[in-house]
Amino acid sequence: MHQLWLIPAFPLLGFLINGIFGKKFSKRAVSLFAVGSVLLSFLWVVKTLMAISPLETLYTEHYFTWIASGAALNIGFDLSVDRLTSVMLLVVTGIGSLIHIYATGYMAHEPGPNHGGYYRFFSYLNLFMFFMLILVLAANYLLLFVGWEGVGLCSYLLIGFYFVKKSATNAGIKAFVVNRIGDFGFSLAIFLIFIQFGSLDFQKVFAQAGGLADEVQAGVITATCLLLMVGAAGKSAQVPLYVWLPDAMEGPTPVSALIHAATMVTAGVYMVARSAPLFNHAPIAMEVVAVIGLLTAVMAATIGMTQNDIKKVYAYSTVSQLGYMFLACGVGAYSAGIYHVMTHAFFKALLFLGAGSVIHALQGEQDLRNMGGLRSKIPVTFLTLLCASLAIAGFPYTSGFMSKDEILVAAHHHSPAMFWIGVITASMTAFYVWRALFLCFFGRYRGSAHPHESPLVITLPLGVLALLSILGGFFRVPVWLEPVLGKAPEGHDPALVIISVAAGLIGIFLAWLFYVAKPGLPDTFARALKGLYTLVYNKYFVDEAYDAVIIRPVVDGSRTVLWKGFDVGVVDGIVNGVGSVSRGVGGILRTLQGGSIRNYAALTLLGAVLVLAAVAFTGGAQ
Amino acid sequence: MPDFSLPAAVPISWYLILSAVLFTLGIAGFLLRRSIITVFMSIELMLNAVNLTFVTFSYKLKAVDGHIFTFFVMVVAAAEAAVGLAIILTVFRNRSTLEIDEVNSLKL
Repeated sequence: MHQLWLIPAFPLLGFLINGIFGKKFSKRAVSLFAVGSVLLSFLWVVKTLMAISPLETLYTEHYFTWIASGAALNIGFDLSVDRLTSVMLLVVTGIGSLIHIYATGYMAHEPGPNHGGYYRFFSYLNLFMFFMLILVLAANYLLLFVGWEGVGLCSYLLIGFYFVKKSATNAGIKAFVVNRIGDFGFSLAIFLIFIQFGSLDFQKVFAQAGGLADEVQAGVITATCLLLMVGAAGKSAQVPLYVWLPDAMEGPTPVSALIHAATMVTAGVYMVARSAPLFNHAPIAMEVVAVIGLLTAVMAATIGMTQNDIKKVYAYSTVSQLGYMFLACGVGAYSAGIYHVMTHAFFKALLFLGAGSVIHALQGEQDLRNMGGLRSKIPVTFLTLLCASLAIAGFPYTSGFMSKDEILVAAHHHSPAMFWIGVITASMTAFYVWRALFLCFFGRYRGSAHPHESPLVITLPLGVLALLSILGGFFRVPVWLEPVLGKAPEGHDPALVIISVAAGLIGIFLAWLFYVAKPGLPDTFARALKGLYTLVYNKYFVDEAYDAVIIRPVVDGSRTVLWKGFDVGVVDGIVNGVGSVSRGVGGILRTLQGGSIRNYAALTLLGAVLVLAAVAFTGGAQ
Repeated sequence: MPDFSLPAAVPISWYLILSAVLFTLGIAGFLLRRSIITVFMSIELMLNAVNLTFVTFSYKLKAVDGHIFTFFVMVVAAAEAAVGLAIILTVFRNRSTLEIDEVNSLKL
């Protein structure tokens, strides 16, 4: 036994301590418990992974039977690790630790009682770490689902952290409701898996996945995988369920970095990669995954190019990059997808934390149009954001370059068209990230605040993440994952690499041209392509379309049919009907009870005679 | 010439007929009389008619059960007489009447 349970137990303990007693603690004590628990968890991850290596097969620890019903259903509280899990564990606890440290600085000056809910923030954040680690460590689909729902809950709580803001609570509700759709698909998939395989344990399910008849594979496995993808699309913000993620930026910036960029939203990718043995038997489902990923990547990238809120730009960038990861999974390069999960966690967490540092420096300003020229005022933030922007644009040998290259090569192997769309998206990615960088740090300052560099607790995590963004690609994740997820399609064609690098550089150049060299150019373009620009600027009116097609009919239908029709008409009708019928019958029966003793006596006699007559008529009591 | 000679013992049927006559008289009194006291006495009459039936069958079947039951009925009748007379007294005190049709306030 390697005591895997301690990994999630530390953050849970931190959550309990801060959640119950945090109100009475000083800020220093809250920070100590919150950061300490996650750091301990990280250290324990490192220790156990070293102890269990080489991790080529799933190492499982059984603690207790959670649900047992008859001989068929037996679900244990089992945790397991293998190489896939190890990558996720290190990313979650490592990035999580850095972001916790960062958050102690970022959240230090919140106004309001209890230091603006400082202890509440950290207890939620620790609870999130607990559920995320359960999700990653789970050895069966149901336990994974527990973590899955738990992180959704924490996401909801943290998006709506500033609950006095209506827009924040609305965003939280939106995230929760949209995720319900995905989770519904996921739970159906779990039922299907149980019906088909009689178990939910990864090992048992995957062991049987290969030996099924063709028609079962074509039907049940494909359906299962498509339903799993519905779940993944909800959690990982893919078309058509991506709409919650940009709104989720209402939460504090460390939350956006940790939950809505680095860890939780990649849970869908992890789940698909974990289910790789199932997906490998469902080529149609894989094709769907790839197409959805590609579509999401393109769509979100175009929207990202027009947004003015720095966090919204990065949010659409996250959606787009998640699309890349699904593209990788869809074309069979799961390890490339997980590779991108890791590198994306580095540079996207850094982008968000850097954006948070900028926002912190500008006292809450998020609009790119009110920034500019901050290069000399907050140099550390600038340099780290520069590293992240280089990485996401795919500058050679940065982490983003390495993983994106793997994905694009695999896509090319699958279908050259996908490669080319991916390359164009990479170009757009470079464009919007560098656009944000240029608007923020170059030109002249357009705002009114007095920018100041952030303290060390903020800049230190930025520095570590900058280092990882540049060099993190040298953790060769695909090689490490080969025993678990199989070999990625080989064949490093230098031409493909040159094309993708060139695409990134073109994007950077265009951003420079538009926003530094010729600042008037974007407006000219926007005017020339007015219709297209309006469409993209308004996010393709997807929210409005959902509102018109789904939300309005549901709300109106609920009001007219369910409330006024069914509830008032049928339910209340039945209740009131029973009442008035009783009253009517009672009104007739009350005449029997007239208070006259002689009537009672006569009726008693009549009854007795009738009973006797009946007895006599049927033959008597012989 | 019909045989008017009496049988050696009184036949069972005569007891039963007497009992039925008494019971019917009780019912008639119960239903038709207006004074509560008379109604009450009619009830006693019905009880005693039943007692007679019990005793008759007990004698006929050579079993003691009927006798025992008769004693029970007599005990209950005595208790009932006590309670019933107390009620009648109270009713009379409160309403100054023993007309059974006047005492009809127990209704909705």
